[in-house]
Amino acid sequence: MTRDDDMLQATRRRFLLETAALAGAVGIAVPLGVKPASATPASMRAAIRKVVGEAPLNKGKVKIDVPPLIENGNAVPLTVSCESPMTADDHVKAIHVFAEKNPQPNVVSVQLGPRSGRATVSTRIRLADSQKVIAIAQMRDGSFWSGEAEVVVTLAACLEGV
Amino acid sequence: MRPAAAVVLATAVLGATATAGEIPLADRKSGYEFMARDTRAMQDDDTANPGMLWVLDGEALWKRTEGSAGKSCVDCHGDARVSMKGVAARYPAFNAARGRPVDLEERINICRTQQQQSTPLPFESKELLALAAYVGQQSRGMPIEIADDERTKPFLQAGHELFTQRQGQLNLSCAQCHDDNWGQKLAGAAIPQGHPTGYPLYRLEWQTLGSLQRRLRNCLFGMRAISYPLGAPEYVDLELYLMWRARGMPVETPAVRP
Amino acid sequence: MARALINAPAQAKRGEIIEIKTLISHNMETGFRPDNTGKPVPRDIITDFICKYNGQEIFRAELFPAIAANPFLTFFTVATESGTLSFEWTGDNGFTATESVNITVE
Repeated sequence: MTRDDDMLQATRRRFLLETAALAGAVGIAVPLGVKPASATPASMRAAIRKVVGEAPLNKGKVKIDVPPLIENGNAVPLTVSCESPMTADDHVKAIHVFAEKNPQPNVVSVQLGPRSGRATVSTRIRLADSQKVIAIAQMRDGSFWSGEAEVVVTLAACLEGV
Repeated sequence: MRPAAAVVLATAVLGATATAGEIPLADRKSGYEFMARDTRAMQDDDTANPGMLWVLDGEALWKRTEGSAGKSCVDCHGDARVSMKGVAARYPAFNAARGRPVDLEERINICRTQQQQSTPLPFESKELLALAAYVGQQSRGMPIEIADDERTKPFLQAGHELFTQRQGQLNLSCAQCHDDNWGQKLAGAAIPQGHPTGYPLYRLEWQTLGSLQRRLRNCLFGMRAISYPLGAPEYVDLELYLMWRARGMPVETPAVRP
Repeated sequence: MARALINAPAQAKRGEIIEIKTLISHNMETGFRPDNTGKPVPRDIITDFICKYNGQEIFRAELFPAIAANPFLTFFTVATESGTLSFEWTGDNGFTATESVNITVE
């Protein structure tokens, strides 16, 4: 099944949920076989809090390189780079990447150190919809820095049938 | 195809002037040129191109002994970099025993059943795709050149008819999108010219490597037309025509496409 | 074992920062995709990746379903000494894969 079907399913489910709510949900059986497949900004904030705790999240030092317009959300090239001398005393310990509207907010977490030389990581990710991608760098001194990017995701025409 | 896109396309087609017909040779562009810069970078880097994983698998399969004849591809064909150079660039090719052209995957299976005395690999199986990708990659960079063979003419004609006939619920022909409206947008994506320069290829939509036949089935689905089963002669006739239409363009196997 | 492709320089100068690119074949089934009956296909992904330089861990990644199929990961390290760069992927359903390359450092 295609991701297009995923999105249709999610939309259908959301529609059913909303109409059920409107109708008071009395005696209306909403046929839900699958959990709603869509994160909310709240679940992303919760995932971020698990990493950052109560520490302040500073904006800066983290750059996200991602194409602003994506042809296909199945394989989006992503590069995160952080300003840091990467010395024993001053380096990026970890980078955590989140996506706001994916079914699950976590994307990848990497552990770095002074042997890394450069705090730059590249990968390819899946994005279910146009949304914000956030990268958080955890520094050796315990501080957290973040950068973000807005991405528009389109879809190919002539998809696969069942 | 979403209803909105179908309306847009119908308007474009109805509102178009007389059909443009074949694309002039000098105006032909590979699907590569319609992709975003990052997708092109994925194809260009052999260490980032997922299709290369299948090429490596194919290289291993090339050396594997198969069937009751106990032969591997190496035993007859030696180093693929020498023996297979240029082969994919001239397929589909006429096969005397079959009395018709066959595509590269069928030719591999003919070797498997007749030379190796083994079973044919299923269409779209990982192994058949790996071998086709490995053989195809040996022609990378070479110009597509279907043999000028009298025997293939009727099949080339059949392929041309398949390309230009209207079909399916939307009553569309391949030519209407890929000859007459290439470069314009369909549901947000640019319509390419439809040249099979890089098959089998890694389609981001499939998240895996797939054959031209799989892609043609996607097209037929988009047109709301009935798909022929995998391995049907119609696909080979159409591929023969498409490769003739793409003559001179370089092979890109294994390509990456959205 | 799953097919993996490593791109790392065979030679480097001591202290040089080198880029390592890794690619491995794996469907990365997310666990969110419905099958023909509407039930979600169970999750089956690579969850962890570790790179060691002569036995010392220099890079580690935790992967989630949002990593695209056939995971591609690139990172940097300082070329400190000649030896072996080893790579290990582990994941759901007991998935493991390993690969290694040698490096000469002058």
